[in-house]
Amino acid sequence: MPDSTSWLSRPFRERATRLFLGVLLTALAVVTLLHLALPAGHPLHVSTYTVTLLGKYLSYALLAVAVDLVWGYLGILSLGHGAFFALGGYAMGMYLMRQIGDRGVYGDPLLPDFMVFLDWDELPWYWLGFDMAGFAFVMVLLAPGLLALVFGFLAFRSRVTGVYLSIITQALTFALMLAFFRNEMGFGGNNGLTDFKELLGFDLRSDATRLGLFLATGVALALGYVLCRAIVSSKLGRVCVATRDAEARTRFLGYRVERFQLFVFVVSAMLAGVAGALYVPQVGIINPGEFSPIFSIEIVLWVALGGRGTLYGAVIGALLVNYAKTVFTGAMPDAWLFALGGMFVLVTVLLPKGIAGLLAYRLRRRPSARPSSPDPASPKEASA
Amino acid sequence: MNFFTSLADRDHVFDFLVPAASPVDVRHGPILYLDGVTVSFDGFKAIDALDLTIDDGELRCIIGPNGAGKTTMMDIITGKTRPDSGSVWFGSRHNLLAKSEPEIASLGIGRKFQKPTVFEALTVFENLELAMAADKRILPTLTARLTGEIRDRIEEVLVTVGLVECRQRPAGILSHGQKQWLEIGMLLMQRPRLLLVDEPVAGMTEQEMERTAELLTGLAGKGKQSVVVVEHDMGFVRSIARTVTVLHQGSVLAEGSMDEVASDPRVVEVYLGAEPDEEAA
Repeated sequence: MPDSTSWLSRPFRERATRLFLGVLLTALAVVTLLHLALPAGHPLHVSTYTVTLLGKYLSYALLAVAVDLVWGYLGILSLGHGAFFALGGYAMGMYLMRQIGDRGVYGDPLLPDFMVFLDWDELPWYWLGFDMAGFAFVMVLLAPGLLALVFGFLAFRSRVTGVYLSIITQALTFALMLAFFRNEMGFGGNNGLTDFKELLGFDLRSDATRLGLFLATGVALALGYVLCRAIVSSKLGRVCVATRDAEARTRFLGYRVERFQLFVFVVSAMLAGVAGALYVPQVGIINPGEFSPIFSIEIVLWVALGGRGTLYGAVIGALLVNYAKTVFTGAMPDAWLFALGGMFVLVTVLLPKGIAGLLAYRLRRRPSARPSSPDPASPKEASA
Repeated sequence: MNFFTSLADRDHVFDFLVPAASPVDVRHGPILYLDGVTVSFDGFKAIDALDLTIDDGELRCIIGPNGAGKTTMMDIITGKTRPDSGSVWFGSRHNLLAKSEPEIASLGIGRKFQKPTVFEALTVFENLELAMAADKRILPTLTARLTGEIRDRIEEVLVTVGLVECRQRPAGILSHGQKQWLEIGMLLMQRPRLLLVDEPVAGMTEQEMERTAELLTGLAGKGKQSVVVVEHDMGFVRSIARTVTVLHQGSVLAEGSMDEVASDPRVVEVYLGAEPDEEAA
């Protein structure tokens, strides 16, 4: 429902967004409390390992929100968002590599280990500046953003849509994977970047840093969610939905559709980059595997399972599938892909709108809990 | 050299100083004026020396058998098709043949296509909001707020097209007739001076047709919109038309009130009396 408030404050007036933020922030607080206040032997104690695992899930959730923004609202099924995630991760990884300094295996004060191993004499030009945190963090946004800008400009200008666009995004991430596998690229080849020591001076192996990273990822998810809500509940968000459903008609109304697509696509790619940057220090490695087409398809599965076009559904899907993945790959690794396929089939057949669709159905049964406030002039219309 | 002499010319008005969308000048009567328009596709003359004048605030019905050139005429007015010869003027100031489709749309010519296309996932209110004449670049759209003025304008159009009760409903669940009215409403949000409406009552029930007739006759008027309706349904045309133009083989066959036109022997021959051959004509 359009309203007269400013676009950034609008999400905070939505019941669903306040509920989401409430649940997320409470969960962050509870995990922190259980981690810090309880002794290690206590049954409710949350270990550092679990905190890091949850942090990883949260970065995946942010990635899923980014995918839902373009898929759910703009109708662009990107099967290459893993590329933006990995680029953000590599930007962060390069910073972490430079932070190692002379503590690497070869003890070279300037060159990362893999460059010494390859007999390189000097740092490639594109590694310059990554010793500065500020520059690296800007690149976390800029690298995926620029790729999305160039790719999107070409694709949307030529009015490539639907399945063709999906295939091209797959090709994009596959091509990047092959490129990053090459040692000559200067990104560590198939081993990627690893053996990180510290981030902004904090030891990455300490429990406090791990907790800090978990909380930072939670806050990033909250901010990213609010930004996406602000976009989709603005008039621009409604133009996106209009484009998704009737592109030619939207163009006919005078909107430069390809520019709107490009704008939202770039924002989404940047969010994916941030997610990647938060993921890397928590798992301790970034390698070309993150560019693999399978991973990008998996992200889309999270969103589909959670419920497309709701944003919170993407978060639920990412958390649930990845938790299931951890459990399954621990208990019976061979069964995981069957379980994933089974879940996907079940949800598609039984819950076409995903888990979020089920939640929305439950909420709708209680009219007072509806997320959008009905227009006071016509209260009876709101339930229609 | 020409450029320098034009600089010295003190009376010269540079292009960039001319207001882009100057108001339509209708002091001389007609809002739309087609003169000797001819267009042919591969030798077939779809429009043949067509002369047509629509007065400001007029409601005009255009009828004619299939292939008479009705849709081609609409295409020429909206800039989709360029004629081989002739001239088309909007008011006495705008030469439509020198303008592109978006320019013509922003001058105030709105066209409603036969098949209604509305944004089904959005509510009726939101459909009208998107259609409104506004700054349609990215950032202004992102930060757009719903001011009282905009809300009033939307409410006004909701009343005009009779969809006040449905304002919060998704457009996808509207009936066929309601979608047609919503689309007319979306055109009205752009404050057009001239509305071109293509077969508005195709597939409508009796009641919906009556409602549409009221809507279209209410829209036309001095200082409001001029409306041009292309329609096949004779009963509907009779119920709304003050002046009817009959097109045949790309030119005007007859013009006048419905009764005059219906009694014209040539019209009876090519159209009214030849119902079974309509498809072949």
